[in-house]
Amino acid sequence: MEQQKNLEGYVGFANLPNQVYRKSVKRGFEFTLMVVGESGLGKSTLINSLFLTDLYSSEYPGPSHRIKKTVQVEQSKVLVKEGGVQLLLTIVDTPGFGDAVDNSNCWQPVIDHIDSKFEDYLNSESRVNRRQMPDNRVHCCLYFIAPSGHGLKPLDIEFMKRLHEKVNIIPLIAKADTMTPEECQQFKKQIMREIQEHKIKIYEFPETDDEEENKLVKKIKDRLPLAVVGSNTIIEVNGKRVRGRQYPWGVAEVENGDHCDFTILRNMLIRTHMQDLKDVTNNVHYENYRSRKLAAVTYNGADNNKSKGQLTKVDTVEGISPLAQMEEERREHMAKMKKMEMEMEQVFEMKVKEKLQKLKDSEAELQRRHEQMKKNLEAQHKELEEKRRQFEEEKVSWEAQQHLLEQQKLDASRTLEKNKKKKIF
Amino acid sequence: MSLINIVLVIGFQGEGVRAVPLSGHVGFDSMPDQLVNKSVNHGFCFNILCVGETGLGKSTLMDTLFNTKFEGEPTQHNQPGVQLKSNTYELQESNVRLKLTIVNTVGFGDQINKEDSYKPIVEFIDTHFEAYLQEELKIKRTLHSYHDSRIHACLYFIAPTGHSLKSLDLVTMKKLDSKVNIIPIIAKSDAISKSELAKFKIKITSELVSNGVQIYQFPTDDETVAEINSTMNGHLPFAVVGSTEEVKIGNKMVKARQYPWGTVQVENENHCDFVKLREMLIRVNMEDLREQTHTRHYELYRRCKLEEMGFKDTDPDSKPFSLQETYEAKRNEFMGELQKKEEEMRQMFVQRVKEKEAELKEAEKELHEKFDRLKKLHQDEKKKLEDKKKALDDEQNIFKQKKTAAELLQSQAQQAGGSTTLKRDKERKNVCVLSHVVLFLSTQEHSLNSRS
Repeated sequence: MEQQKNLEGYVGFANLPNQVYRKSVKRGFEFTLMVVGESGLGKSTLINSLFLTDLYSSEYPGPSHRIKKTVQVEQSKVLVKEGGVQLLLTIVDTPGFGDAVDNSNCWQPVIDHIDSKFEDYLNSESRVNRRQMPDNRVHCCLYFIAPSGHGLKPLDIEFMKRLHEKVNIIPLIAKADTMTPEECQQFKKQIMREIQEHKIKIYEFPETDDEEENKLVKKIKDRLPLAVVGSNTIIEVNGKRVRGRQYPWGVAEVENGDHCDFTILRNMLIRTHMQDLKDVTNNVHYENYRSRKLAAVTYNGADNNKSKGQLTKVDTVEGISPLAQMEEERREHMAKMKKMEMEMEQVFEMKVKEKLQKLKDSEAELQRRHEQMKKNLEAQHKELEEKRRQFEEEKVSWEAQQHLLEQQKLDASRTLEKNKKKKIF
Repeated sequence: MSLINIVLVIGFQGEGVRAVPLSGHVGFDSMPDQLVNKSVNHGFCFNILCVGETGLGKSTLMDTLFNTKFEGEPTQHNQPGVQLKSNTYELQESNVRLKLTIVNTVGFGDQINKEDSYKPIVEFIDTHFEAYLQEELKIKRTLHSYHDSRIHACLYFIAPTGHSLKSLDLVTMKKLDSKVNIIPIIAKSDAISKSELAKFKIKITSELVSNGVQIYQFPTDDETVAEINSTMNGHLPFAVVGSTEEVKIGNKMVKARQYPWGTVQVENENHCDFVKLREMLIRVNMEDLREQTHTRHYELYRRCKLEEMGFKDTDPDSKPFSLQETYEAKRNEFMGELQKKEEEMRQMFVQRVKEKEAELKEAEKELHEKFDRLKKLHQDEKKKLEDKKKALDDEQNIFKQKKTAAELLQSQAQQAGGSTTLKRDKERKNVCVLSHVVLFLSTQEHSLNSRS
């Protein structure tokens, strides 16, 4: 149906990307980043380092300074501008996570938060009157792993297993400057092994058509999970002012690729894959949430309230919108009713026919009998007529005979009289 | 390298948003590029609808705009109704891929009765809105890879009469202005002189305004393009000329139409507004046309459709509905409706059955009555016959008796032929008696005969 056409001159739609660029700058951008990890792992420091700003400060303390009895989920929004581009950044943190003695279900508030953002988006998307839909969905979750050097803790595994299908998880090794490069390598290998073992789906960098880019992507993949170091202080090293941590034995530089993977993280998270993180959230995680939610609402009638949020027979309603489904059901029902109507009609007609037939039969029968009786009667009539005729005939002939006899007798008696008279003489 | 950015505060009510300065280059200024890269990889799509009478040069203009020969033979004027023919093409310019769909109205304006001419067009647009809506409402949907088939721009071709808009034009544009971005253009404008053209444009614009037709305005909210767009808005409707033939002017080959009195150059802004149209439609506002279609026209369609189906944003107590509640409520209503229908049908049938039964009973009764009557008649007849029979039998008996008596007498008389008078007298007496009896009987017979 589509034909490839060659253009014989400059048309100008190659300008489309510029138009898109222009409009996006005008609109501005949004991004929501979630940081999860036990207190003291350097989460706030890392955020400040990433965005080169005092997002967390004494005025706005980070999660470790806001000790809570139970796990809370809190967010702070900041507006940052750079190069004419505006970004509304929302940082979601979880003070109290993993800090209790009994940490069972400490991931639940996190799950609830993510789901509630999905729910908000779903509702605003489904309104009749839709206006600008702010995107408050969590686009990325940085999960901080304590640098034990041994492997993942049960809490880490549990958390990632429960959230990998709801949000893009990027696991980070925190405070990486407590490990030597070799220890770090071992640790990373161990973690990746465990991640694969438990079939945890962390955020994957998309493949591109570009060979060069793919090489870079491969290099990054080999260094997962990224080991990071953050710092709020600027130190002078060799005449340069850098962010770093001052130790008696030297300075661990945040932005030095040999010291840690911070630069990789920043490049990946902000400079190259921010849009992709949003896309994956929108096209995969959100769609999963939505289809589960809607499937629960529509197809299973009474089971709905029990199975909210669980996958229920999604296969059977794949690719149908609830409204289209209602239409389908309506059509089915109409067809069913039509069939029922037809059947009832048929039965009705049949019964009526039967009855009519019976009536006809009995009428015919009666008619027949009547005819027969009539015939009978007529026959009898005829018979009678015949009899009478015969009788009449007989009578007439007999009477004639009698009359003759009478005549004879009369004659005879007359002659006898005559003879008698004669005799006397 | 380290810049301190000016702090901008935007009013986000109740959100507690704070603007913070950056102490270095973070790098999110690449976001627009990231977005652009994604779009370029994904490819673009654009759908144009050309509405206009047969012979106004719609296909030629498309060919000229996109520098290529699209399909088709020119249509005849004898189409029985308006049909929409659409063709999709894959174009590429540098690294930008564009899936272009051109929809043409075939037979528009050719019929004697043009009252319904706009209907196929409206239906077409609605169909594609509906398709998008259905996709959007699916449980498992793939919106990001969905091929957007909604019409993004409608070029309305006005015939170059030089006087005013035809009523068909006004009616059609009025029906379309809330459904699609309308860009009116004066077709084959090389038939109009410059002075006539100015007057024509003014007349058209004032007629559109006085009839409340909303045509597409090039957006002026973005500073980068505000100026050029607002200038162009003043040149609407564009007077265009299309041509795929090339003529040598100077030492260049240009697209033109050659007349005995001169050559009309398509891309010469003094000759016609083709360049302006191309600039506005393709180079500057293509993306905006798509956006307007999605955020304004499609939303309007969607809102109307959902309201039609009974969806509301808030329940009677003005509390917002959650999607789930809405769907469940709708569903219950729906099921209730279906059940009611079923009941009604059943009731109707029960009624019919009753009626029919009564009817048949009536018929049966009548039949029986009829036959009772016949039976009665028959009985009467039978009785009569019986009577007659009896009468005959009686007669016969009488006759028999008479006969036997007579015969007896005769035989006696014969037997005693010349015997004693006494016998004879006796016989005679007997005969006398008998004859009296016979006489008597015969009189009876007579009376019987006369009676029967």
